[in-house]
Amino acid sequence: MTHRLFVRLSLLPLAVVVVAFFLLPMLQLIITGASGDLGLSAYAAILFEPRYRATLINTVLLAAATTVATLVIATISGLFLQRHRFFGRAILVAMLTFPLAFPGVVVGFMIILLAGRQGLIGDVTLLLLGEKLVFAYSIAGLFLGYLYFSIPRVILTIMAAVEKLDRSLEEAARALGARPWAIHRDVILPALAPAIVASGAIVFATAMGAFGTAFTLATNIDVLPMLIYTEFTLSANIAMAAALSVGLGLVAWAILALARSFSGNTIAAAG
Amino acid sequence: MGNRLSFLAQLALTLLVAAFLIVPAILSMLAGVTANYFRGIRSGLTLQWVMQVWELYADTIVRSFAVALITLAVTLIVGVPAAYALHVRGGRLARAVEEIITLPLAIPGLAIALALLLAYGGLSDFRRSSLFIVAGHVVFTLPFMVRSVIAVFALIDVKTLDESASSLGASAWRRFCDVIVPNAVPGILAGSLMVVTLSLGEFNLTWMLHTPLTKTLPVGLADSYASMRLEVASAYTLVFFVMIIPLLVAMQIFADRAGRQVALR
Amino acid sequence: MTSAHGVAVGVAACAKTFADGTCALEPITLDVTRGETLVFLGPSGCGKTTLLRIIAGLEQPDRGGRVLFNGADVTAIPIERRNVGMVFQSYALFPNMTVAENIGYGLKIRGIDRAERAQRVAELVALTGIEGLEQRRIDQLSGGQRQRVALARAVAARPSVLLLDEPLTALDAALRERLRFELDSLLRMLGITTIYVTHDQAEAMALGDRVVVMRKGAIAQVGTPREIYFVPANRFVAEFVGAANLLTARAVNGVLNLAGGKLVTADVNTAGDVVAMVRPESISVVAPEAASLSGQIERISFVGDRQRLTVRGTIERPLLVDAPNTLNLKIGERIGLAIDPHAVRVLPGERP
Repeated sequence: MTHRLFVRLSLLPLAVVVVAFFLLPMLQLIITGASGDLGLSAYAAILFEPRYRATLINTVLLAAATTVATLVIATISGLFLQRHRFFGRAILVAMLTFPLAFPGVVVGFMIILLAGRQGLIGDVTLLLLGEKLVFAYSIAGLFLGYLYFSIPRVILTIMAAVEKLDRSLEEAARALGARPWAIHRDVILPALAPAIVASGAIVFATAMGAFGTAFTLATNIDVLPMLIYTEFTLSANIAMAAALSVGLGLVAWAILALARSFSGNTIAAAG
Repeated sequence: MGNRLSFLAQLALTLLVAAFLIVPAILSMLAGVTANYFRGIRSGLTLQWVMQVWELYADTIVRSFAVALITLAVTLIVGVPAAYALHVRGGRLARAVEEIITLPLAIPGLAIALALLLAYGGLSDFRRSSLFIVAGHVVFTLPFMVRSVIAVFALIDVKTLDESASSLGASAWRRFCDVIVPNAVPGILAGSLMVVTLSLGEFNLTWMLHTPLTKTLPVGLADSYASMRLEVASAYTLVFFVMIIPLLVAMQIFADRAGRQVALR
Repeated sequence: MTSAHGVAVGVAACAKTFADGTCALEPITLDVTRGETLVFLGPSGCGKTTLLRIIAGLEQPDRGGRVLFNGADVTAIPIERRNVGMVFQSYALFPNMTVAENIGYGLKIRGIDRAERAQRVAELVALTGIEGLEQRRIDQLSGGQRQRVALARAVAARPSVLLLDEPLTALDAALRERLRFELDSLLRMLGITTIYVTHDQAEAMALGDRVVVMRKGAIAQVGTPREIYFVPANRFVAEFVGAANLLTARAVNGVLNLAGGKLVTADVNTAGDVVAMVRPESISVVAPEAASLSGQIERISFVGDRQRLTVRGTIERPLLVDAPNTLNLKIGERIGLAIDPHAVRVLPGERP
């Protein structure tokens, strides 16, 4: 068998699996999206139909807020952890990255334990303020949930990027008289910018498409994935659900493609 | 002085975040073995909730392992040769293929599940079996296996090894078995750990694809959060942690060792 | 010296243009005699490795090019069946096998049984001087040891031609020199047709029976080391293969008129504007009064085994002269220069 034939055969199983279980189904999805009462204009409904547009805006705002909060927290912590060595540092890093593999459902449960009816925060506020604060089942709870699975991911990425920083640039800035604040602003953060932007894009795309967390916290939180779910299962509006899914998929993919032009390698949303 | 203050402030923030992440996890682990969560540890430790979880959800635990292992087998058979072909061929085609297989990571699991349902929902035998779930998991985890193996190929300069083996007369299949795969083992192992971990924890896809007879552990978890008392839900979550944490630790050790090997080269 | 082994290799009009349009090789035609060690020498990008890979069978020449082993056309035969032995620049030893398994791999492929394999591996281990390392893994070997294992592996299955792609480049300078000597003895002992690629001119001349100097995908000169060194065909070869003073001057009856005096060449018929080359070591320092050529020392570099002088005023550029390390010279001193007419090489075809 020639080498070229061997290479081609090696790709065959992959081709079969990907076509059968991804490409064809996705095609089916796109076609179904246009097969409902609204036809092709179902795809525009996400922008024009007030109910859908409200959900879209909700989702985008939530994702944006999550992104900003995560980047700020994770950059500060990531820089701090990578640049300082102290007793207990390794344990702290392990604690911060431990939730990395939690599925959205489990994260939802964590939030319930923190801010639910029997939650820790509720108990503390009851002690201090006399009133139980319960917000797990609202958009605030969802926000917290998104932070929960976004921060570990971004911290790891930032720490890796900080490690690769060229220290001699900072030393040169110091030699020229720059104070720490200026060094952070002019040397460190610009150098970390690609990693920050790439991570931010992942957080945003993941938050847009996250389902498990919202599902666990309540079925009536108004975000796009929940809308798709209810359209499909409760309203049996399959075409609309399909159209919305394709729209969501496109948005997520576009954001990640943009981020890739900053970081140069393929990255993934998950959760 | 300013430095010290800044150090303490950053430390405080980091500790707060760490607490935010860890405390509920610890709470849930404790709740799983506490007789009564409302009264706390004072009510005593017990394994009754774990036992109850096993009675109610043993099938989901077993099924999750089965799905994960079958997914792993498929990604190995499909992904390792494909990674070799893509790496050796290079060029625009390889990049395009890598793009395509990575697409499922960009698209929300919900959408992929919907697509699978629309395409194969009609094949009722397939649709009602666990293999339907495996199909979804394979689509989602395949890029991790492929990328992991390609990464190790680049590290060990597999192209030159391939050429030198061919200069010694080995045919393509022979080279693959004697030289390519043995030297890709670190990447294959790392990819395998990743695939199993992801499969065990997958929810978004699986929730849409499952039937009452094909529930996996995360699907069971969602059930229990909605309908079971806190202690049972916590015990179930504890079981999940026990399954997943050794895998995470193994991946971390692997990543460290791989990092050190790179440094030595 | 053992008798010649291996095949005679012929390259007929082999050119190579890559998919992205870069032309790596102009059509090259070359013959390698059986048992000869031929060195491809040139700067990076000159196409020497591409040519080696075409002979090996790892690349195909453009249409019309052919590779011949003992006159038979092997162009269509892939490397697996050409029976070549190849040593790669990075050695490409298999990390998943021990040293002994690496060396025996080619024999294993050819179906040689275990006992015979072990014997042959032992032979090669003794030949390359790596006794005791047979069971080691690759990452436990030093650079020099790896090089020897790579060579043993390439030679184990008795290839028809041995191909070496910059085998010493990955090593540090001191080791390189020592291994060069050992490599030379080994190649002479094996007597296989060998093609060796390097960018190091000292290596090329030490190891090669003939040297092919390449530049930008084409052959600049083919010849024995001495021919290349003393009778370079053009400016590029003159400057690449050693330090060279290049002078442009008007020649009358074989005598060059220079700024600092006259220079007699070996050929009385040399006339007109010429470009000539003189190597620094061919110039002797003499008393200025009696010499036909003189100049002023501008700089002295004590290199250890000699002093390299930069002399002004002889020709339009500074002249490089190698003087004995014991000579007491000072900057600014005026010296005379004596050059053997036969050491002056007029470069044909070069216009000033």
